[in-house]
Amino acid sequence: MTGMALAAEWIKMRTMRGAVWALVATAVLAVGFSALIGASMRGSYDDMSRERQEDFDALAMSSFGIVMAQLAVVVFAILVIGSEYSSGTIRASLLAIPRRGHFFTAKILAAVLPVAALGIVVVPVSFVVAQAALGPYGVSFGAEGVPRLLVGGWLYMTLMALFALGLTTVLRSPARALGLMLPLFFLGSQGLGNVPVVGAVAQYLPDQAGAVILHMAGPPEDMKFDRDFGPWAGVGILGLWAAVALAAGYRVLGRRDA
Amino acid sequence: MNGVIEVQNLSKSYGAAVAVDGLSFSVLPGRVTGFLGPNGAGKSTTMRMILGLDGPSGGRALVGGLPYRELEKPLRQVGAVLSAGEVHRGRRARDHLRWLARSNGIAPRRVAEVLELTGLAAVAGKRAGTFSLGMAQRLGIAAALLGDPHVLMLDEPGNGLDPEGLLWLRTLLKKLAAEGRTVLVSSHLLSEMTLTADHLVIIGRGRLLADTSVHAFVEEHATAGQPASLEAAFLRLTGGEGL
Repeated sequence: MTGMALAAEWIKMRTMRGAVWALVATAVLAVGFSALIGASMRGSYDDMSRERQEDFDALAMSSFGIVMAQLAVVVFAILVIGSEYSSGTIRASLLAIPRRGHFFTAKILAAVLPVAALGIVVVPVSFVVAQAALGPYGVSFGAEGVPRLLVGGWLYMTLMALFALGLTTVLRSPARALGLMLPLFFLGSQGLGNVPVVGAVAQYLPDQAGAVILHMAGPPEDMKFDRDFGPWAGVGILGLWAAVALAAGYRVLGRRDA
Repeated sequence: MNGVIEVQNLSKSYGAAVAVDGLSFSVLPGRVTGFLGPNGAGKSTTMRMILGLDGPSGGRALVGGLPYRELEKPLRQVGAVLSAGEVHRGRRARDHLRWLARSNGIAPRRVAEVLELTGLAAVAGKRAGTFSLGMAQRLGIAAALLGDPHVLMLDEPGNGLDPEGLLWLRTLLKKLAAEGRTVLVSSHLLSEMTLTADHLVIIGRGRLLADTSVHAFVEEHATAGQPASLEAAFLRLTGGEGL
């Protein structure tokens, strides 16, 4: 039954223009920003102070693209489930798949599989593009910390999609979900987590916790580990957010009238 | 599946407001059952509870002996038409039917068949957002017929249909009932119901007012000196509320 439900969700996802464009935007933003940031840093490297040159973290340069692309990933996940509520299709969906668990499982897979598949390609490509754009200041795949950065970037995108899907199911509206998550994650990546006091709490927000493994946590001088937890713990915190959001979404789906 | 819809002491309240109040009735196969009542009587809420969309506050509803949520491949057993136009606006009509068919393991050729049957074949490639209310209603009926179900439930399916569409719908519902299927159709179009239904379930304020054949109902409630009509009988029974 879940197999047929997944096949149906797959058709739905492919026949929704907004969702398909969000996936295209994910790839364009990730690769585009990696090229842009890489080229820009290459140009300004010589003007940096000696101290900043020593601290320069080439690995972080492809993560700007991932952080921008996460906004498109979040929009994608919001559309996949949120469009059911805005269009009223949720009723047709639950008539077809009345067991809420089967429907929700199919929905989760239809949202996360494309993101996970895209991430396997986009994350390494963003890395290569950023390092190529950095020219002499870039590093290769063999450099220290690269495998963790790539696996981390992939987990980050995938878990953000799951979190957004779960929260949108709780909110039952794409407008509410976009209104809540886009400002939050945009502000987050703009540096909410780096403001003292606010940062002490904000560092535990999903995107901020996941940012450590991307080398994106902290002020530009020290982007690596300005958190109370390490990179894998940060991914764990993001995973916990995703799990809680999905559990809450399942509960709301099961209890509320459609 | 025997195709009987059984509503047993069904209730639904929203806080202090009671929408459906201890409602019991059965809908049998082989005839068109009209589900009537003034606006706000609880018709749509009852249908949504039968279909497992809304959870009842009390009682239960069974389709072929099982709660809807426990049916295997429900679209092959029950076809439902709820509000027209609850289709993603950007999705083509054919794609809407394709995912529905896939979800219940229905052969893809059925998509073309129901599009033909509902007169939508020519607009199958158009996005649902461009559809008129009548076309959206037809798409809903196409979706309900997709699984060749034994039971059909339609909530105000005549809304937005032109006279020609109403005639088509009436003929279709009678044909489906004649094939031995269970057909439950809610409507506030009384004159239309006189022409379509064989049997009536009438509710008001969430309670059962009548469960009878159209003929017996009109006879029973006819006023002396006035021509017997379903409309007169309905108004007498419901006290004209909400009309």
